[in-house]
Amino acid sequence: MVGRAVSARDLVLGRLRAALAGGAHTPVEVPRDYRHEGTLDLDQLVERLTDYRAHVHRVAEAAVADTIADILPAGGTVVVPPGLPPAWLPPTVTALSDDGLDNARIGAADAVVTGAAVAVAETGTVVLDGSPDQGRRVLSLLPDRHVCVLRADQVVATVPEALARLTPQRPLTWISGPSATSDIELIRVEGVHGPRKLHVILVP
Amino acid sequence: MNRPTFLGMPATAPPGVGHLRGDESFPAAARRSLADPQLRRNLRHATTTIRAKSAGVIAESPDWEQLRAAGAAIKADTLNRLPELLEQLEAKVIEAGGVVHWAADAVQANQIVTDLVRAAGADRVIKVKSMATQEIGLNEALHAAGVTAVETDLAELIVQLGDDRPSHILVPAIHRNRAEIREIFLREMPGVDPALTADPSALAAAARRYLRETFLSTPVAVSGANFAVAETGTLAVVESEGNGRMCLTLPRTLITLMGVEKVVPTWRDLEVFLQLLPRASTGERMNPYTSMWTGVTPGDGPQAFHLVLLDNGRGAVLADEVGRQALRCIRCSACLNVCPVYERAGGHAYGSVYPGPIGAVLSPQLTGVDDNASLPYASTLCGACYDACPVQINIPEVLVHLRAEAVDARRRPTAESIAMAAAAYTMDHPRLYEAAQRASRLSRVAGRRGRGLPPPLNGWTASRDLPDPPTETFREWWAAR
Repeated sequence: MVGRAVSARDLVLGRLRAALAGGAHTPVEVPRDYRHEGTLDLDQLVERLTDYRAHVHRVAEAAVADTIADILPAGGTVVVPPGLPPAWLPPTVTALSDDGLDNARIGAADAVVTGAAVAVAETGTVVLDGSPDQGRRVLSLLPDRHVCVLRADQVVATVPEALARLTPQRPLTWISGPSATSDIELIRVEGVHGPRKLHVILVP
Repeated sequence: MNRPTFLGMPATAPPGVGHLRGDESFPAAARRSLADPQLRRNLRHATTTIRAKSAGVIAESPDWEQLRAAGAAIKADTLNRLPELLEQLEAKVIEAGGVVHWAADAVQANQIVTDLVRAAGADRVIKVKSMATQEIGLNEALHAAGVTAVETDLAELIVQLGDDRPSHILVPAIHRNRAEIREIFLREMPGVDPALTADPSALAAAARRYLRETFLSTPVAVSGANFAVAETGTLAVVESEGNGRMCLTLPRTLITLMGVEKVVPTWRDLEVFLQLLPRASTGERMNPYTSMWTGVTPGDGPQAFHLVLLDNGRGAVLADEVGRQALRCIRCSACLNVCPVYERAGGHAYGSVYPGPIGAVLSPQLTGVDDNASLPYASTLCGACYDACPVQINIPEVLVHLRAEAVDARRRPTAESIAMAAAAYTMDHPRLYEAAQRASRLSRVAGRRGRGLPPPLNGWTASRDLPDPPTETFREWWAAR
């Protein structure tokens, strides 16, 4: 090796291989006897979302627009991803469909309305995966209020079930309640940089 | 001991850069924090709160012990196959449109990140809280190159504005209470409302206003990573405030620096760690936000992604068959929150960015035990950290192993080195350890209080009462509960 420049890659990998060279390694068997599936309980999802200060509305799909009309001020502006079902939006709000909206307009909106990919009942989590009814990650980040419409068949009981449904190559955002911090005396405070209000509309 | 640096030999983290070494020994630094009653009150309050929260959500998980065993095994398997998993991760990230860089140490990593920031034409970067970037002293390196690094995590912001040092892995400003934070904001935060109160939600709102424009106008972000999946090239960052989402979404360029041990083999492995980490760390069923991304997604988020893989002494840790379990650490900080020594001494006393029990085993191994020789002693070996660790790192075992190494380095057999070598062997063998603990309880009957230990152990009892051994050992109590 003398006299030849060694790349950092070769150096790091060479050191790690040398570090492991000493011992004989029996392959490690990973015990996977933890729970993979649970009994789905929509009430548990509602309870756990509420516990982390999300607002949950359980309505029929036909009532989504009326529910949103109740949540948002009349005359308000909402950002929506391009694939959001138009029937979800009430006539009382102005919808800005994302065709490459700039950050200033997204941030100035009163709310964003999205669909969801998966939800986890045990942890009170909603996952977005950038599908057309969820849109770019920035849409659900800058507005101060996030309204997420979730179908019951998107809800699973456990984290392992959720991961099995998701596609790792998509940009994924796991959301469990509104933005929060515990950095001051470990007291949980809702609302730092992300949306300060999270509404989940759960439809059958 | 620093090993000579040539290809193939694991090397410890170089001195003179980064924050793995303190300016003084643990006892000297601890003496100062012990004299600060406000600090001790803040720490006691915070660790008591988080212990109760964490215990509550762990009790909700009927399979917690199975998850711990799985987490420990996944990490042990990862360490056994680390080189090939890193190569697989590299290939997947490149395939997804990312660029992968390798850094043998802190100096190289700082140079790589600085060059990338310069190439992006930026004089400011926004940062997501990252232990690895603190370990290498990235902010100082960027500053020397004329680049401002803005910490966006609330606790990191408090530390940065207060010109302070972090003292906890999860909550770096744990040593500050709300009144102190208000004073720091009033003094250092540009444009702050002079009527700011010490209410935590008012303080959080002040940080939101202060950072919003910075998030929107800064073209480069630097993050760490909680996990990187070799099988898919997916990176994951776990956070609470949304500052992470801002940094991972808004800038044009994203630079992620991670220690090589953060890789996990498969996508499915995340199902274990996403359950272990929030419950052990913040005491939540799930943290508010987790972001996962794979390379570059056209039209969504940063369009340039760089992954920097950092060694900086990790190869040397890996080379130690007892000590390498410290590389399983997922930085949850549960061991800090249960540690009686941490609760009294605070994080600064450990000198390194990695405080508490995990720091006491990780820092001396990364630097070589000579450079952090007092840290393996910063523990009572009570074992609470081992029981709290979500990936079952046997911290007492590694501490004792490192004590023997520190004593060996002084090259003379002493009563202590012999006792520590025996203790290391005993702790390696749980049955022997339990037997030894039961034997110490027998001394409760045999010995009389107030007489201290016989030589050569009377150095300890000369200035302290020897406590009566408890009627039940910690491990017995734990097994029975």
